[in-house]
Amino acid sequence: MITNVLKLVIPSKSSNESFARVAVASFVAQLDPTLEEINDIKTAVSEAVTNCIVHAYKESMGNIYITVQVIDNLTVKIKVRDNGCGIDNIKQAMQPLFTTGGEERAGLGFAVMESFMDKLSVKSKDGKGTVVTMQKKLSIRIS
Amino acid sequence: MPVKIDVNGELVTAYLEGEIDHHSARVMRNDIDSAIERNMPSMLILDFRDISFMDSSGIGLVMGRYKNLKKNNAELHITNTSPQIYKVMKLAGLERLAKIDKVGSK
Repeated sequence: MITNVLKLVIPSKSSNESFARVAVASFVAQLDPTLEEINDIKTAVSEAVTNCIVHAYKESMGNIYITVQVIDNLTVKIKVRDNGCGIDNIKQAMQPLFTTGGEERAGLGFAVMESFMDKLSVKSKDGKGTVVTMQKKLSIRIS
Repeated sequence: MPVKIDVNGELVTAYLEGEIDHHSARVMRNDIDSAIERNMPSMLILDFRDISFMDSSGIGLVMGRYKNLKKNNAELHITNTSPQIYKVMKLAGLERLAKIDKVGSK
């Protein structure tokens, strides 16, 4: 059961990278996650949002739609969607170290999302946009 | 200033400050590269004690500086990494390029 929802729409300005990850982290904080869990989520969101800015809306500006769902007060499901250029070859894009972002990009965005979250799925349509969905189950805290 | 540079002979230490993401990495990169160019160190220490968050843009930042240093056969050393930063660096296998010290290890 979905027990809480956050919806956020921000333009693809790089100065919003920090805001997006902090906003999601503050929303998730009410579930009392561990510091490591909150950092994992923050890092994964930062990667997904950066991909929208660097790749999806490369030469343009567009909206980034972030939805966070809390399921049964325990699982966090995060969707990051754009209406950008889309990913040609998702398999290749998800390969660690593969990048079209130039010298200074490590090509590790999806690798971080995959390893810091429990589930990751990427759907994309050429010229229409991309949806990244990731999920993490928090550890049960004894209160 | 997101980067404070300290020069001690052939040793240059760059104290990074704030958060490292795609937005902030560019300024840091320019500051560190101009310090490398000016001082031609034999060793560069990147000190992460005042970095509160880093995503994979930080990996790009470190790898880029490593390549720059390698042209002069100089070494890279990374110090004071928080658990969050260390986890990202470890995922990228950065310990194969540079010695990485966790926060509080010295």
